[in-house]
Amino acid sequence: MKGNEALAEAAIMAGCRFYFGYPITPQTEIAAYMSKRMPKIGGTFLQAESEIAAINMVIGVASTGKRVMTSSSSPGISLKSEGLSYLAGCDLPALVVNCQRGGPGLGGIQPSQSDYFHATRGAGHGDFRMIVLAPSSVQEMVSLTFKGFDLADKYRMTSMILADGTVGQMMEPVSLDLGEVTDYEKPWATTGTEMKREHNIVNSLCLQPEELEDQNIARFARYAEIEKNEAMYESYRMDDADLCVVAFGIASRVAKNAVDTARANGVKVGMIRPVTLWPFPKDAIAAAADSCKAFVSVEMSMGQMIEDIELAERCRRPVLLCSRVGGMIPTERNILDTIEEARKTGGAE
Amino acid sequence: MAVVFQKPHALTDVPLHYCPGCTHGIVHRLVAEAIDELGIEGRTIGIAPVGCSVMAYNYFRCDMIEAAHGRAPAVATGVKRSLPDHIVFSYQGDGDLASIGTAETVHSAARNENITVIFINNAIYGMTGGQMAPTSLPGQVTQTSPYGRDVNLCGYPVKICEMLSQVDGATYLERVAVNNVKNVRNAKKAIKKAFQYQVEGKGFSLIEVISSCPTNWGLTPQAALDWVEEKMIPYYPLGVYKDRYAQEG
Repeated sequence: MKGNEALAEAAIMAGCRFYFGYPITPQTEIAAYMSKRMPKIGGTFLQAESEIAAINMVIGVASTGKRVMTSSSSPGISLKSEGLSYLAGCDLPALVVNCQRGGPGLGGIQPSQSDYFHATRGAGHGDFRMIVLAPSSVQEMVSLTFKGFDLADKYRMTSMILADGTVGQMMEPVSLDLGEVTDYEKPWATTGTEMKREHNIVNSLCLQPEELEDQNIARFARYAEIEKNEAMYESYRMDDADLCVVAFGIASRVAKNAVDTARANGVKVGMIRPVTLWPFPKDAIAAAADSCKAFVSVEMSMGQMIEDIELAERCRRPVLLCSRVGGMIPTERNILDTIEEARKTGGAE
Repeated sequence: MAVVFQKPHALTDVPLHYCPGCTHGIVHRLVAEAIDELGIEGRTIGIAPVGCSVMAYNYFRCDMIEAAHGRAPAVATGVKRSLPDHIVFSYQGDGDLASIGTAETVHSAARNENITVIFINNAIYGMTGGQMAPTSLPGQVTQTSPYGRDVNLCGYPVKICEMLSQVDGATYLERVAVNNVKNVRNAKKAIKKAFQYQVEGKGFSLIEVISSCPTNWGLTPQAALDWVEEKMIPYYPLGVYKDRYAQEG
């Protein structure tokens, strides 16, 4: 299946019956797929008048306790940022897909990873986080979407699928064997009082600073739980590695090949592939810094994840950047060159 | 002892924070009366705006959601699509509905979303302290139009009912006022009809309520009501702008 369509089908399998979106390349297949499928299964597909309206429709459905999603690409995600902040402030679960393209501004329509900061640092105003899942294959477009809905419900927050144009557009075989959907109680949802309970209020306004402080602290206690329990990563050929490549999404597919080639040439290099970008797999990076002499961050941005690597390993080892931007994907050669440089810099064998 | 007058059940006991002479209280009451009379409180979900009525979620006893500025009709769309048998209303001011949320307003009407929009037009931004609104009258002095609204500089007021009457999707649009007893009674009829239409699945209704803001207009409550009569209503004529289901003859 095509990545975007596989993601859409996985959302339906996760119990999502509401999709709101606005056309933008390179994610429009998700909307097109939903427009075909939703009417047939009693779901709702609605093309909103704007990204802003779409994310607020998501807020409406999420307030009623049902699973709901929207998808877009970088410029559209900027517009959704207001809603992402309100989702956080209202503690609402939702799934948002960003099929990234090169920026800033209108940028291009080719794949990119330059919204890493947006997703992991600054998705909107105020103190908040999103769970950020980075698929590197069509299979993960499926499994992480399914998982994303579960985590969103479990922690009452936004899960973002941070994909890119390539993973969205490419075709690979997939298994749709995803297991059972867990149902979560949502006593806070605005579903009508039926004159049987006090009214529920979904709200992010809080004019008492003491109270707002407490709300923020409580939210971050929940985030601490997530950091403890939900970090995911793949470790590849790290057992005896002197050098550690860190890459996610489509860049990690190329990086894996580069690791194999370097290994064939006798360089002891491995790879850590963060699957969750927030929470970032800090412990795995810190552990790698014990045995590796240098890191290589492979990114389709001017270097954003590199800051998380440096933070995680407390700058004990040099981190070199292998970066292509503007819609360019790093080649194996680009990565091998940086590995070679890291080998010299870090003094690895 | 017979009860001849009481607070509608759909209003909570939380004291309203509105200024003396503000007409939000009257409109809250009219909405609550309509909800009571139609017996829909238990299945009604209200959407509060950003503006003076931002805390409306504390005043209505039904389930409530507080939306971002201007986004209430989009949030209402999501709720209604999720719970089509429930009654969904938004309550919005002029800055919220006619400026920052114009797109959401027009497109929820175009889709004929089966929701009820209560639109408070008092020609000013109240909550932030009296700035020029999209509905401020030509020449009107506000904090951000200290020399009076200059139409050459910042354009003309937006007439929402007239504008939406050109939108095919809209079902019922009426402009009312709450500056005297007769107008309050008409406003009640219009608001109840808008909710009734939603109950019957007839589609998008918007009731524009010409309201007063004595505090930010710098007038006494009585003088503010006179200003509504003398200045606002001539610019914003009251009446039905569209009613797809109007009785003929």
